[in-house]
Amino acid sequence: MIENDSKLSIEKSASGRRALVFNARNKNGIKIPQHLLRDTEPLLPELSELEVIRHYTLLSHKNFSLDANFYPLGSCTMKYNPRINEIVSSLKNFEDLHPLSDDACAQGTLELLYHLEKALCEICAMDATTLTPAAGAHGEFTGAAIVKAYFENKGEKQRVQIVIPDSAHGTNPATSSMLGFETVEIKSNEKGQIDIETLKKALSERTAMLMLTIPNTLGIFEADIEKIVSIAHNSGVVVYMDGANMNALIGILKPGDMGIDLMHLNMHKTFSTPHGGGGPGAGAICVKKYLEPFLPVPRVIKEKGMFRTKSDCPLSIGKIKSFFGNTAVLIKSYAYILSHSNDSLSEISKNAIINANYLLKKLGKLYPPHNREYCMHECVLSCPEELLKNQVRTLDVAKRLLDFGLHAPTVYFPLIVKEALMIEPTETESKETLDAFIQAMQKIYEEGKYHPETLKKAPINLATKRMDETFAARNPDLRWESKKTCSSKV
Amino acid sequence: MPNAEEVKYTKTHEWVHVEGEIAVIGVSEHAQSEMGDIVFVELPKLGQNLEKEKPCAVIESVKSAFDVYSPLSGEVTEVNENLNSDPALINSSPLENGWIFKVKISNPDELNELMNLEKYREFVKQNA
Amino acid sequence: MYSANTKEDQTSMLKEIGVSSFEELIRQIPEKFLNPAFKFNDKALDEMQILKRFEELASKNTPPLNFVGAGAYERYVPAAVKYISQRGEFLTAYTPYQAEASQGLLQTIYEYQSLVCALFEMDVSNASLYDGATSLAEAVKAAVRITGKKEIICSNLLNPEYEKTIRTYVNGSCLITKLNSPNGVCETNTLNEKLESGNIACVIVQNPNFLGIIEDMPKISEITRSKGVLFIACADPVSLGLLKPPGAYEADFAVGEGQSLGLPLNFGGPYLGIFTCKKKYLRQMPGRIVGMTKDKEGKRGFVLTIQAREQHIRRNRASSNICSNEALCALMAGIYLTLLGPKGLRELALLNHNNALAALDKLTKNQKIKLRFARPFFNEFVVDLGTETSLLRKKILKEENIDIGLPLGFMGEEFRNCLLVCATETKNEEDFERLAGALEKNL
Repeated sequence: MIENDSKLSIEKSASGRRALVFNARNKNGIKIPQHLLRDTEPLLPELSELEVIRHYTLLSHKNFSLDANFYPLGSCTMKYNPRINEIVSSLKNFEDLHPLSDDACAQGTLELLYHLEKALCEICAMDATTLTPAAGAHGEFTGAAIVKAYFENKGEKQRVQIVIPDSAHGTNPATSSMLGFETVEIKSNEKGQIDIETLKKALSERTAMLMLTIPNTLGIFEADIEKIVSIAHNSGVVVYMDGANMNALIGILKPGDMGIDLMHLNMHKTFSTPHGGGGPGAGAICVKKYLEPFLPVPRVIKEKGMFRTKSDCPLSIGKIKSFFGNTAVLIKSYAYILSHSNDSLSEISKNAIINANYLLKKLGKLYPPHNREYCMHECVLSCPEELLKNQVRTLDVAKRLLDFGLHAPTVYFPLIVKEALMIEPTETESKETLDAFIQAMQKIYEEGKYHPETLKKAPINLATKRMDETFAARNPDLRWESKKTCSSKV
Repeated sequence: MPNAEEVKYTKTHEWVHVEGEIAVIGVSEHAQSEMGDIVFVELPKLGQNLEKEKPCAVIESVKSAFDVYSPLSGEVTEVNENLNSDPALINSSPLENGWIFKVKISNPDELNELMNLEKYREFVKQNA
Repeated sequence: MYSANTKEDQTSMLKEIGVSSFEELIRQIPEKFLNPAFKFNDKALDEMQILKRFEELASKNTPPLNFVGAGAYERYVPAAVKYISQRGEFLTAYTPYQAEASQGLLQTIYEYQSLVCALFEMDVSNASLYDGATSLAEAVKAAVRITGKKEIICSNLLNPEYEKTIRTYVNGSCLITKLNSPNGVCETNTLNEKLESGNIACVIVQNPNFLGIIEDMPKISEITRSKGVLFIACADPVSLGLLKPPGAYEADFAVGEGQSLGLPLNFGGPYLGIFTCKKKYLRQMPGRIVGMTKDKEGKRGFVLTIQAREQHIRRNRASSNICSNEALCALMAGIYLTLLGPKGLRELALLNHNNALAALDKLTKNQKIKLRFARPFFNEFVVDLGTETSLLRKKILKEENIDIGLPLGFMGEEFRNCLLVCATETKNEEDFERLAGALEKNL
């Protein structure tokens, strides 16, 4: 078994072996000219069904997951993924629905999406929602396109800049460039917050949008938010909220009340849908009334008691992907919402904030926090000087955590914090789990101080030792090329 | 082959060695050590006209990307093709085998704005 | 309610933090914004009630006997695909940032990249994008970056959803010229003329095209590339069990909708954006890429690599803003292709092709129904019914719960009587009989 450990499926392949078979009905033959046909068989593995199942099952064993491990990745909101949501989203009549079906066949799905939009508007104090973006970054793209269309329609084409704090997720400036905006980065103050004077200088008649992450990536709420929004609005600038950190606010504050003009929500973060190893997600965009005409199509509307999709919207930015959004993901998030009531929604953020502050308090003694204030749903710490002196870096701390069966926090982000550890425990973790994490972090601190070589070697207990990422980047091996060349690599 | 004393430096950590009308350009020992293991270099194009202090090449390490700014204006006359197959040359030999490109100097006055080794060391110290 | 803390936990933790109430923790939030009232749901549903509510909603959907394809295809989803992709170890992991703790997932992505490259015969694949349309839009943006040119030639038989997505992605920064195809395929003469402009970044052709017809991709690619223009192929992955793969005609970029590889229809998502290109364009690729490497003991391992292209490093100069992609869908597609193997894939493609031929055969027994273009097709074809098709579609849907196909009137007056009919492996003779019968009755 161990020998087979990292064999690729292609290396287990045996010519003529079969798993899935389709009984052929080819009495009509092939009515396609020969020169347009494939003349070589693709290099796919040939395995029995058991071999396929075993291959993937063994691979699943070589993987940390939220189900099995504490997974405090900052900015990612790795909360529990309720299994009932998986069951309801895979009901046959949801799964079997073609996206170009007549609306009459899709009444259940459309009703659900309609009510999900309404619920998100209510949760965020916004007026309209689109559920079409496939992920958070896709939502940002949609939001920036909406704002571009809005200013073009208004005849203010000179607004070509987006102002973004230096603490922002990389997706913000990347989004800005994708739509041809210039990014104006503003420096955060020593507390990691927006400096009002710096902001004023950055805004001008050339600014289209201010993109804010609230709470920011340091887990801090912008205390000056009212002032910031009003300064932006006074310059005719639209205020966008990156809702990646909405798990800190849900139920205790509605972004629309603060004057936010549009925002995205990551359904796979705040609304509990599984991250799937890197997607699929879903990234709703919620807007104030004046931006609604620019939302992408199709929209979901209710007319004479029937639910309909509507694509005839003259000011719309158009399509951002084919068909509709990631419907199955949206269904899961709606089930999550309905498992909360008007009154219990705030329990989510309340517990997320308590858990994060508990970690901050306990770990802050050893790992210096960026900010001495209380945090929201996540906290940012750094690798201690005592460890850095011993050549131990944040990366080593992260790798050592894996040895304790704990996934590492987000590391080296935000970029404005040296040797950052960004920790987001979420509300679904128990005090006992947090205590185990604290203990491990304390032990790692001791090791770093007295036995730094242990940390440099980590992970020690995992089957896989530290990966050579430099080798990977210098010698890109991105696929198998033949069975033979692969086997020789084992 | 230049040595560290002979070459001139920019505030963005490039070095320049003048050979007649041609300037050879690379990044400093200090810069390469800050970058860590270099995995890829995006070279300027031959014949490309560079503007002083504008980005003209990119150096990638595993988890970062660094712009190289042209210290001088002028046309690119040669690029170090060896970096395509062995980008680590910048790590192992930043001032010799790890040179990046050569330009035909169009405005020799620009050379006066560069730092000598002593000044560069001071600059690095101040900005540490 | 999925929080873990009891009231006692909350109290003791607040005490340890050193505050007397939760409100102290959020005192930086202006008070007037706090504790708003909600009215989205009066009472939280328990698990049993959720199941009931969603079963009710699902029962309001009435998926018909479906002959619509047009970019999303009704597929048989093998049991093993569902079973494995629901394993919590895959389902509840995130992007494998810590390689040592995510070797399983990383290997599945490396294998996915390999399977896709094998199927498309292309050099490199990324770990997935959102869907076929956004993959194509990203390929167009890459082509514009590489060439520095701002004109795009696009077959008018590209899926209209894709064309619209490209328009949003380039957002006015490029000129999109459409290539007319009056005979159901790209006219190579017109292509030649349009290529004269000299400012063209790329040519985009879909195969099979939106009408289901197989294009002469080798010829179109040759013409395009001979003018120094990049060629982007948009290919249906299942069709590649039979058809020439994009690598065989040297496409510079090849993209496709991976939903066909074992994913349910799900009313539009999540789907799977397949993105491949020639090796020389590797650094223009958007999204995650997994590479094989070794650990420090020399043992084989896998990591995310070539990351300096990505938004978290390159920020405003990244190749794309994409972060979360469709990893779980890529896993499903990988399992699907592994289950099929080369033989299964060919069987599947043949079955699709034969079903379409059988459906056409059955339909054209009716004198009123005519094949619109006498050209080779894969699993979709256009018929002319001699009457306007969109009302007919609604009528038959209502009376028989059969969706006869996609009416093409939106493509122009000459298509108002046309219907795009799709037959995948999920259909059989009996289904074609029902379709033909329903049309017979109504024509």
